[in-house]
Amino acid sequence: MEKNETRPCTLSAEKEIVAVARKDFPALFDSLWANGFRILGPTLGEGAIVYDELHGVDDLPSGWTDEQDGATYRLKKRSDEALFGYNVGPHAWKKFLFPPKLRLWRAEASNNGLNIIEEKQTEQKFALIGVKACELKAILIQDQVFLGGEYADPIYQNRRKDALLIAVNCTQAGKTCFCVSMNAGPRVESGFDLCLTEVLAEDAHYFIVEIGSEQGAGIMANVPHSNQTQGAEKAIQAIATNTAQQMGRVMDTENIQALLQDNFEHSRWDDVASRCLTCANCTMACPTCFCSTVEDVTDITGDHAERWRQWDSCFTMDFTYMNHGHARASAKSRYRQWMTHKLSTWFDQFGTSGCVGCGRCITWCPVAIDITEEVSAIRANQTGGKPASSSL
Amino acid sequence: MTVKRKPKLAVWKFASCDGCQLSLLDCEDDLLTVANEIEIANFPEATRAVIKGPYDLSLVEGSITTPRDAERIVKIRRQSKYLVTIGACATAGGIQALRNFKDVKDFISIVYANPEYIDTLKKSTPIADHISVDFELRGCPINKYQLVEVINAFLNHRKPAISPHSTCVECKLNGTVCVMVAQGTPCLGPVTHAGCGAICPSYNRGCYGCYGPMETPNTKALSRRWQDLGVEKPDLVRAFRGFNAWADPFRKESESHE
Repeated sequence: MEKNETRPCTLSAEKEIVAVARKDFPALFDSLWANGFRILGPTLGEGAIVYDELHGVDDLPSGWTDEQDGATYRLKKRSDEALFGYNVGPHAWKKFLFPPKLRLWRAEASNNGLNIIEEKQTEQKFALIGVKACELKAILIQDQVFLGGEYADPIYQNRRKDALLIAVNCTQAGKTCFCVSMNAGPRVESGFDLCLTEVLAEDAHYFIVEIGSEQGAGIMANVPHSNQTQGAEKAIQAIATNTAQQMGRVMDTENIQALLQDNFEHSRWDDVASRCLTCANCTMACPTCFCSTVEDVTDITGDHAERWRQWDSCFTMDFTYMNHGHARASAKSRYRQWMTHKLSTWFDQFGTSGCVGCGRCITWCPVAIDITEEVSAIRANQTGGKPASSSL
Repeated sequence: MTVKRKPKLAVWKFASCDGCQLSLLDCEDDLLTVANEIEIANFPEATRAVIKGPYDLSLVEGSITTPRDAERIVKIRRQSKYLVTIGACATAGGIQALRNFKDVKDFISIVYANPEYIDTLKKSTPIADHISVDFELRGCPINKYQLVEVINAFLNHRKPAISPHSTCVECKLNGTVCVMVAQGTPCLGPVTHAGCGAICPSYNRGCYGCYGPMETPNTKALSRRWQDLGVEKPDLVRAFRGFNAWADPFRKESESHE
């Protein structure tokens, strides 16, 4: 990530942790706007805490939380006025960095052939506020997907390079959370510009702010803060420990790469296929799923064409349609592909797991299929079966 | 010198409400472009003028419900280079296929003062049960943008960009929060063909399945979930017996709860 070296920074190097009172929190928004950022973060919408553009601190879901389980999400009032006292919701940050639907280019027929008209990409800088540890890990995983290797995705690159990441340490975990199992939380370790820990004491409401970059320091320079942060590290750790103990789900990841690949014909795949709707909700909700398709459209004259990119899923039939037909015709083969990629072959491809334990695929599966339960079932009764192309 | 001949388009009506034909009229500005590029040879909702076949593209609305219509569709197929069915009636038998689950004579005797004038088939069936169809455009009614896309694709000799996946994908692309998960509202979206743009969930309602079954519908698994949400069997039967009641996966699912 490029850093803006000319940004004013009045904080000295040793002051990496500061504290901001709740009443001064709006100054953070003012500072972000003054620095040209569009603020994207959590807000109430459609009976959930969604991610959208924020026009002020009042847009944050103050005093709201949620209860989740397989195929269930319900908003609840909190007994306090916490701004970030909720679990991850239906949206993932990828919707801003890897937009669901986007025109790539247009073309006009002319006497000389075809004129390609390039699409102007957004020039706005995003500040993502409220990024939880599992979500930050997911962004770093998508960075590898879109920016690693020989070819970078220019759209993702353009949106990501100026994005300011303001993380938040989780103060609670939901019933579908298992970031601890995936080594992805609950404490935010690195990769942020600023990291907030919201503290609600008897008569105090404030934020401990860890500064992770010069850009973050620049933003904080204009926010009233205190350097009296003795015990802050201990407080953050206590919150992280408490949250870690609340994980509603657990996944045993020991030797998981081999486990899934060595049980390719396990009867559990048929069992999950009987329950799976192949609706693609899990892949759309997943913060690391990155597949897309491109569609060309023409107008009726045939003189004007457009190419669009939109999210696609390994659960749709068109996704693997080739001349000979569908590569993964059965629901069994599609679910197996998704889960095996996420937890096993992702390591071969990108060197990490593709799962961060955020639990979205469990909560937002309309029939409550639970990836942790599927792993347990396969582990409990390993019936084997190596990959065979004929079984696709 | 060769003059480019305008392709001839015909629109045909069978047992239907005309709503899908009207979607073509609703295209407004797009319709003017369509009219520039093609010759509208037969379109009773728009004009009485009829140009003789053969036709480059026939759009067929409605289901087959009478012996006369069963013969008429065969003649239309013979005159059409491409034949595309539009809407739930033409692709699944429509709402009038509810008769298929009962004896049509019972309805006739109740509804009509002079039942002897009624000459109807026992079942309302989709066009593809009678002739070969080049493409089926779903929906009750069809989406006008998808209709323009299909006309477009056939005139430009390309595959229509019409996705057969679930309506859930549309909700997710729109950022709509799942009404079944967040509100416990029964929704047919996971088994329903995309195309409408997931309108109902964006207004806090469950999907009614107007676009019929998606490519690989697991209706059984969805029904189990609906029952967990408190939906009783008679309501499950009704849910799957909408505009696409006679589409195979929906028909079988409704019958399994009777």
